[in-house]
Amino acid sequence: MSEPNNHSTHEDTTTGLNHRKLLMWAFLGSDCMFFASLIATYLVYKGKSVTGPDPIDLFSIPVTSVSTFVLLMSSMSMVLAYAALTKGSLKGFRVWMLSTAIMGMTFLGFQVFEFRDFTVNEVKISCEENSPKYIELESKLSSKQKSDYKKQCADGIEEAHVEFGMTPRTNLFGTTFFVLTGFHGAHVTLGVIWLLSLFFYSFKRGAVSAERHLDVDLAALYWHFVDIVWIVIFTVVYLFGVYEGF
Amino acid sequence: MFSLYKKILFITKSAKNIFLALPLLLLLLTLGCSSKDPQSTFDTLGPVSELQLELFYILFWVGLVVFILVAVAVFYIILKYRAKPDDSIPEQIHGNTKLEIIWTVIPILLIIGIAIPSVQAIFASSKPDSKYTNNNLTIDAVGKQWWFEFEYPEYGLITANEVHIPVGEAVTIKLHSQDVLHSFWVPKLAGKVDMVPNNDNHLWLQADEPGIYYGHCAEFCGQAHALMRFKLIAETREEFEAWISHQKTNAWTSSDPLAQEGMEIFMSRDAGCYACHTIQGTDKAKGNQGPNLTHFASRTHFAAGILENNQENLRKWLKEPDKVKPGNLMAKNAAVYNGTSDSLTEQEISALVAFLRSLQ
Amino acid sequence: MTSFPLQISRPIHPTGIWNWITTIDHKKIGILYGVSAFILFIIGGIEAMLMRAQLASSNLKIIDPELYNQLFTMHGTTMIFLAIMPMGAAFFNYLIPLQIGARDVAFPRLNAFSYWTFLAGAIILNASWFLGGAPNAGWFGYAPITGKAYNVGHGIDFWIISLQVLGIASLAAAFNFIVTIINMRAPGMTFSRLPVFTWMSFITAILLVLAFPVITVALIELQFDRFYGTNFFITSAGGNPILWQHLFWVFGHPEVYILILPAMGIVSEILPTFSKKPLFGYPVVILSGIIIGFMGWMVWSHHMFTVGLGPVANSVFALTTMAIAIPTGVKIFNWLGTLWKGSLTLNTPMLYAIGFILTFTIGGISGVMHSQAASDAQQQDTYFIVAHIHYVLFGGSLIAILGGIYYWFPKFTGRMYDEKMGKLGFYAFFIAMQITFFPMHFTGLNGMPRRIYTYGSEYGWDFWNLISTIGVLLLAISMVIFIYNIVSSWIGGEKASGDPWDARTLEWSISSPPPEYNFAVIPTIEYRDDWWEKKMLGKTSEEITSDDVHLPQPSYWPFIASLGLLIAGFGIILSIPVAILGASITMIGVYAWSFEPVNDPH
Repeated sequence: MSEPNNHSTHEDTTTGLNHRKLLMWAFLGSDCMFFASLIATYLVYKGKSVTGPDPIDLFSIPVTSVSTFVLLMSSMSMVLAYAALTKGSLKGFRVWMLSTAIMGMTFLGFQVFEFRDFTVNEVKISCEENSPKYIELESKLSSKQKSDYKKQCADGIEEAHVEFGMTPRTNLFGTTFFVLTGFHGAHVTLGVIWLLSLFFYSFKRGAVSAERHLDVDLAALYWHFVDIVWIVIFTVVYLFGVYEGF
Repeated sequence: MFSLYKKILFITKSAKNIFLALPLLLLLLTLGCSSKDPQSTFDTLGPVSELQLELFYILFWVGLVVFILVAVAVFYIILKYRAKPDDSIPEQIHGNTKLEIIWTVIPILLIIGIAIPSVQAIFASSKPDSKYTNNNLTIDAVGKQWWFEFEYPEYGLITANEVHIPVGEAVTIKLHSQDVLHSFWVPKLAGKVDMVPNNDNHLWLQADEPGIYYGHCAEFCGQAHALMRFKLIAETREEFEAWISHQKTNAWTSSDPLAQEGMEIFMSRDAGCYACHTIQGTDKAKGNQGPNLTHFASRTHFAAGILENNQENLRKWLKEPDKVKPGNLMAKNAAVYNGTSDSLTEQEISALVAFLRSLQ
Repeated sequence: MTSFPLQISRPIHPTGIWNWITTIDHKKIGILYGVSAFILFIIGGIEAMLMRAQLASSNLKIIDPELYNQLFTMHGTTMIFLAIMPMGAAFFNYLIPLQIGARDVAFPRLNAFSYWTFLAGAIILNASWFLGGAPNAGWFGYAPITGKAYNVGHGIDFWIISLQVLGIASLAAAFNFIVTIINMRAPGMTFSRLPVFTWMSFITAILLVLAFPVITVALIELQFDRFYGTNFFITSAGGNPILWQHLFWVFGHPEVYILILPAMGIVSEILPTFSKKPLFGYPVVILSGIIIGFMGWMVWSHHMFTVGLGPVANSVFALTTMAIAIPTGVKIFNWLGTLWKGSLTLNTPMLYAIGFILTFTIGGISGVMHSQAASDAQQQDTYFIVAHIHYVLFGGSLIAILGGIYYWFPKFTGRMYDEKMGKLGFYAFFIAMQITFFPMHFTGLNGMPRRIYTYGSEYGWDFWNLISTIGVLLLAISMVIFIYNIVSSWIGGEKASGDPWDARTLEWSISSPPPEYNFAVIPTIEYRDDWWEKKMLGKTSEEITSDDVHLPQPSYWPFIASLGLLIAGFGIILSIPVAILGASITMIGVYAWSFEPVNDPH
């Protein structure tokens, strides 16, 4: 049996659908279960950390909203790239493809920045007796952080800078957050590599063309999927994590 | 009984009757297991296990009937429709809607019939209802690799591997684990419930007759899982209370010089027993890694219910604990066993045995 | 397209070892799967025999506890992931294209990759014996005993990594079969005419695709805990061991149906052929398969009745579990309906299929017993459960697979097996199986927990344990008969015709063994059991041969990509540079593969 013919829209298969497209859908179904399991783990452990920090101590919704917006826009530009290609405009394809990839990279940049920010996070706690901030955080601070605070204050300063960062090892929130968003980030990274490959490949004569739109179609399917997963993560992890009542 | 087994095995060996032997073997299930073996689930001596056995029997008889029907049908068909040389192609029957409906609906009705007692039993076994005598006795059981600790919070009492309960009363046992998963199971009294770290479980049980009941850890918990056992001792309310008040006293009073020597070894830095074991009434022995030994000599068994508590066994245990119970933490951590300090001499073992045997 | 720098000349090896390494012919891959899985099955069987030796009597000291724990872990993992699943895959590979009238699967090279990756996983798992000890926490690997705090050696690491590698193999294969079945059916082969085996394989593949990612995530979490110090199952950090159990069984229960549905498919092929009747209630059998596959997702907590989920949750899962008995029962009745009024030939495959009905019924009945959460508290984690799983997996899946091997043996090899020896092997197997596993019901109800390496004489478990051990010896003898029959017939059996059984489905319309291209002309399907109906109507045409069919050509790359995974698997556990090397090899393999055309231009 020969590999399905990429060059025409009509496929020589039982259903008329391309093999690779079906494969992609099957894969995405499988990947859904993958993320569902990771998100379920996150939800099971939500609020179960023994020490801080908690989502509310770290998340900055405005910043993450920006990166979310960028990723959403990249889906739109992906659609435009595909549309340009099917209309036969290779130039349009390249422009939109590159912008999709750049937006993907921007999102990843935000993620790297955010991860770093979380690991080096600090809180300022005033050294006055019964400092409200200290009382608020007391149950979340580890004994090491508490002694650090007392040591700093013993030196007679007014406000102590206590290390209050989070790595995957810090607590359950750190573990579940980094692993969930990390795997999503890995998916985006793979997507960016794929998009860039298509972009560079398009400079080779005939390698990317309206007739061979399936190659781009598959990448687009994947990209939209990764995007949708992020919407779920943004809602469940970020918004539910910060706003009460959810 | 044995001859019956033999007969059935004989039948099984003649290939043609093999299918006949199967239901017979199934019948044997009821006969073969209704023994007085220490962990038999058929020898029920408490309301919970009784309830569970009743449910089992419902399923067993229904299952047996279903199996016999299927087996008889198979044999009837095989014998009747076996190909004969002059067979023509049989009628090509593709199905029969009426039959399909019948054999879908009948199992559905059957399942509904079973579901009712099933759900009732789940709720009935989950907590004791008002018809049971209930003095709200609650015991905390903690699973540790590889032994059980029992605490009576209302009496401020901790003991190990032997749990005493008053007979004829519903008792709640709260289940905890300190390390990995374990499971608390006294087959004659109640089905098991797991001991899960960070998840506190409980079960209730009642012993209808006084006696020593066998318990076993029923969730794989590592190297010595097979040897993680315990005993449940059911006794009259008076005996139980006497036991409680005895356990609350300090045991160490012996004036026997050998036991005294053993006590000194126990508390010595070299042997270091005190670091892991508690003996109430002493200043030093307050460890909680190992079983509480306050009234060690009053227990019938030791080493998580695997050895009878006597001089000989105790010597064996103190000499080479790893031989008796492979993997145990005492053999791993105590300096006298893991090679970081001199091993115990025969004399020292004798002294320790005398000391432990004096902890009445 | 062909300018990729790694373009090397196409492997052309008509015979020999390189032919097998580079082949992408689904039939050869099927045989590779079958033979490898059978060897692994024997290894798993030897592990079981060692355990049975230790349990033959009370207080024996043949196997030490640590080794015993490794043995039962490896036995379970091997039998499920390395024996029964790949034996199923062997049948999928060989038969699905033949049954749907295709010349190969949708992605032939991906198929080769699946096989080699499966082999890599098998090697990684079994290498643990020689690299510091095998995994020792059970095939279910319940947290937290798999954590670094309680398990310092590399055994669990090998277990995690090999299961991940096997996951890749299974997923790749499942994607492939889903696409193949949907997209490569011959004209007229509608879903209502699809052979039942293919249907059950289709459901199995869908279950695989949805279930495997769940265990993948669970294993990733465990792996991160062990390798990078995260807290998923660290109880001191608040981690919850029950999360592992949920994830494991959300995968694990569909997995049970992944193991049994192909077996049901095989039986549904054998019974009609040797009854000379179509399958009774074809749509009902298919529908009940679908319902089983669907409901398989709603019953996972019946593995956790003693965990303390509470009476409400236990009731819900008890009810769903009881409900799943209904479609299962319906299948059994339809098989009986198939036999009824037939003209039954009781040869070896037929005996296995009938044996399946009987033993699987017993396993199903004890399964319904376990659905009773209240009384299951007495049975959970005892030998009663051991008996149950062996009745459904050994007396269910495996018995059907052995029957399937006999049934399609002429098709696979072009030769006939020895009928007398086959029957002898069956009776020996069937009786030995009852002797081995039936007594476990008794020991279980008599209070014997699972996974114990020893027991005292006071418990009264000696007699039935000895019987079980004797049964295993007989089982071993029966397997020797089986292997001897297969091997000697493969070498010197009588030549088989294309359709020795006067069978019903499409694979019998071509020669035995089938030509490389399967069908010289892609058939047009007009009926369910098309081959049979056409024989009845005298519409069969002369078999023609063809040397003008373009087949996908062999390739090195799937093998190389899998080889990289093998190296990377060891590397992750033992040395990071090696892991990077392995990953690079895989990447080169995959990249070169994606640039290599399926066929060289003519």
